[in-house]
Amino acid sequence: MSVARLLRHPWTVFLGRRTARLVLSLGVVLTASFAMIRLVPGDPVRAALGVDASPALVAARRHQLGLDAPFPSQYRHYLDGLVHGDLGTSLVTGTPVAELVRTRLPATLEIAGLAFLLTLAVALPCGLLAAVRTRDGRHPRSELVFTTVTAGLAGVPDFVLAAGLTALLAVGLQLLPVAGTGGAGAFVLPVLALSVAPTAVLVRIVRVEALKVLAEDYMRTARAKRLPPARRYLRHAAPNTATAALTVAGGLLPAMIAGTVLVEKVFAWPGIGSAMAQSVVSQDYPVVQAMVLILGTTVLLASLLVDLLLAVLDPRSTIRES
Amino acid sequence: MPLPAGPTRYLRSPMAWAATAMLASLVVLALAGPLVWGAAADRPDPSVVLQGPSGAHPFGTDNLGRDLLARVLAATRPSLLLALAATAIGAGAGVLLGASTAVVGPRARRLLAALINLLLAFPALLVALFLAVVFGAGAGGAVLAIAVAGVPGFARLAQTLAAAVAGTDHLASARVLGLRRHRLLWRHVLPNIAEPLLLSVTTAAGTSLVALSGLSFLGLGVQPPGYDWGRLLNQGLDRIYAQPLPALAPGLAILYAAVTFQLLGEVLAGGVARRGPASRPPRPPVVSSGPAEEGLVLQVEDLGVELPTPEGVIRPVRGVSLSLRPGEIVGLVGESGSGKSLTALAIAGLLPERARVSHRTLRLLGADLAAMTPRQRDHHLATGLAMVFQNPASALNPSLRISTQLTEAARVHLGMRHAEALREASEALRRVALPPSLLRARPHQLSGGQRQRVMIASGLMVRPDLIIADEPTTALDVTVQRQITELLSGLRRDTSAAVLFISHDIALVSGFCERVLVMYAGAIVEALPADRLATAARHPYTRALVASVPDLTADRDRPLPTVAGAPPDPLAPAPGCPFEPRCPHRRERCAREAPPLEDLDAVQRVACWYPLPVTTDDPAADRMEAGPS
Repeated sequence: MSVARLLRHPWTVFLGRRTARLVLSLGVVLTASFAMIRLVPGDPVRAALGVDASPALVAARRHQLGLDAPFPSQYRHYLDGLVHGDLGTSLVTGTPVAELVRTRLPATLEIAGLAFLLTLAVALPCGLLAAVRTRDGRHPRSELVFTTVTAGLAGVPDFVLAAGLTALLAVGLQLLPVAGTGGAGAFVLPVLALSVAPTAVLVRIVRVEALKVLAEDYMRTARAKRLPPARRYLRHAAPNTATAALTVAGGLLPAMIAGTVLVEKVFAWPGIGSAMAQSVVSQDYPVVQAMVLILGTTVLLASLLVDLLLAVLDPRSTIRES
Repeated sequence: MPLPAGPTRYLRSPMAWAATAMLASLVVLALAGPLVWGAAADRPDPSVVLQGPSGAHPFGTDNLGRDLLARVLAATRPSLLLALAATAIGAGAGVLLGASTAVVGPRARRLLAALINLLLAFPALLVALFLAVVFGAGAGGAVLAIAVAGVPGFARLAQTLAAAVAGTDHLASARVLGLRRHRLLWRHVLPNIAEPLLLSVTTAAGTSLVALSGLSFLGLGVQPPGYDWGRLLNQGLDRIYAQPLPALAPGLAILYAAVTFQLLGEVLAGGVARRGPASRPPRPPVVSSGPAEEGLVLQVEDLGVELPTPEGVIRPVRGVSLSLRPGEIVGLVGESGSGKSLTALAIAGLLPERARVSHRTLRLLGADLAAMTPRQRDHHLATGLAMVFQNPASALNPSLRISTQLTEAARVHLGMRHAEALREASEALRRVALPPSLLRARPHQLSGGQRQRVMIASGLMVRPDLIIADEPTTALDVTVQRQITELLSGLRRDTSAAVLFISHDIALVSGFCERVLVMYAGAIVEALPADRLATAARHPYTRALVASVPDLTADRDRPLPTVAGAPPDPLAPAPGCPFEPRCPHRRERCAREAPPLEDLDAVQRVACWYPLPVTTDDPAADRMEAGPS
């Protein structure tokens, strides 16, 4: 294949555009996290060290953080540090933030990833089932129940659900661990809390998409072949529903990652989110800054991953996009 | 986006009632809460510090001995007001930003759209968290943070909605009149997108309330001694292991409000206030078919279809009788809406469930379809009948390989093994003049004609005795049309399968069918051998159809002759002949009584009180004999 043809190839165009978007958004995250510590009201160093700290200590810390240099050189210094894996130092504990990220990021990715998979695993079959049951205006009462229940569940805030689940399952019935990462059981509640509302949102979208698919001509062809219902729905309807639903589901993943901040606080889950929640309260700005950077980057990489996955699963839409 | 439900439909939906009642309770609590419970909420009582639920304190007390129920109720006002403020600011700014894309120049529009896209890459909660830190802990900072975080979402929505408005003639003419941009925005764009925006604002109010509670819960929002639900949940969380109810009470309040706004949005969207199901005609009793006639592939007598519509039940197929012998190729012709496709779907049992099919006789290969169990009927239809549909682009499943779509029926119904079915599929492709290498392809890699050949090959896999082709060439271009009809004729010769060819194109049908059935308004009005069409069609409608066929000798300066008038309204059937209003030869009797389909001779039947005489010098005669166009 010639270079010119390679450059015009839909995949090249798609990857090029997507990378450009990623670089631009990463620039936003970097600048925002850099600017944050300089934008907060008052003196962040004074706030973190307390009113009793000596002016000399405050000045030393300011110098240590590079806050006394001009902005452009501060920015260059900040980026330079990031390239070398230096995310700054906690004002409260004095430990490197990079260390904190290294130990805590996996825990956050685990619950967000599991919650995403659980959402897909529940919403896809349930949405398809609901569509099959209510297609063609059948079972209007089932449809009413479905709409009401999913509307209600979609409104359940994750951190409130987290508190409720803790009270009910962990404290009340003593079935599951209430906090921390001890064993597989500890994952149940955080993952559940993160996935209930997104599942309710997604299952509705899957149903609507599946209803469209069921009305397609090729589903009539499958009926004309007298294929058994299981084959018609699983082999013929499901794949076409899934690609449409995945596009929407991809948008839910970033929100789930952001949701870990509140949910991890409830469960004292040792992830990025709870570290962020703690450092916000203690006004430990270098940590908050690094957490914003890490969460923002994670969100961007997660949506990139989803987009690439979709492009592989459904190349036609990739070509259309370009 | 659907418009809000009308008032009468609204009142009929129980969810609408529930959502309205819940909203009213929130409004009452927000207004009365601080007045009634404010004093109790702030009164410390050192004797009852951190107590669990009791008669005097149903939700217990906090660390200063203040009554938690009173605090939760009194917190309704700040929680709601802050959420509404954040929503109003965010929606206002976002809508202005998004709607202005409709009135600015193309370069500014692209820039704004790119900016909105960039901001949308980040979840609103993360943006709000970041901004809340920057603005500093406090109610004002939190409100502003959530407002700004909501801007991109509203901007995108307004942008999408405004783009639709921007394309309308309305705005174009306003622009031509030289109206200024802000006037365009206020007078023409915003009023036209207000309704769907209102719906989003409702849902966003709930989201804002949850986000604000979340910030307060983290310690960023409302600061002590002030309190909202989030702050109360924050203060109670440590007690959740010892006293779940006092800890959870503010959470339940957040949940209640969040669900209220969610349901309200749902009701406004009209998702629940659907109209009742269309009335279904009663299912006709199952009667076994009339006696089987020898040597018929398909025997249909008195077929009828009833369809419920919101306006009433219609009968798009009435009293259709037809039969096919082995190897026979019969055309079923009529304009769209004449019921020819519904007839085919009714025979194949493919009509939607709400349709009611009635018939005196329905036999395929002599076997009575009405007397079979659903399982037997499925097997009998699957192996005896193949359907070819109109649009091959949509009739093949886009996500399955051709090999799967060709082999599955044979594997399910004939019990073929995978390898055997694949061999058969290659053979079927060869018979429709396609290379076996296509087995590995997916439908989007094929041309329209190839796809229709694949559909036919798929039908051949079960070695059917009858192929019903429903407008199989309508979506294809003319040269491909010819190939497909030749293919069907050839297959009929080789396999002795009968073909029922449905089309609106009488010229096409007359070219390769042996017999032609003409349908009008749900009934067959004439049945005749194809070679009689040109000169011996006796029904005025058939004659009009034949006369409307153009050819190369047609005078291009004169308009094409068409059948004047429109078919009857299916909702208001008249008692007489359905063609009477359009018929140039109508007489008094035609409006009074509908003519039955009666034998003229051994091979021709017509439903007309006054059949036209056979012509010998009709100019259409030469054209029709010249073959299909």
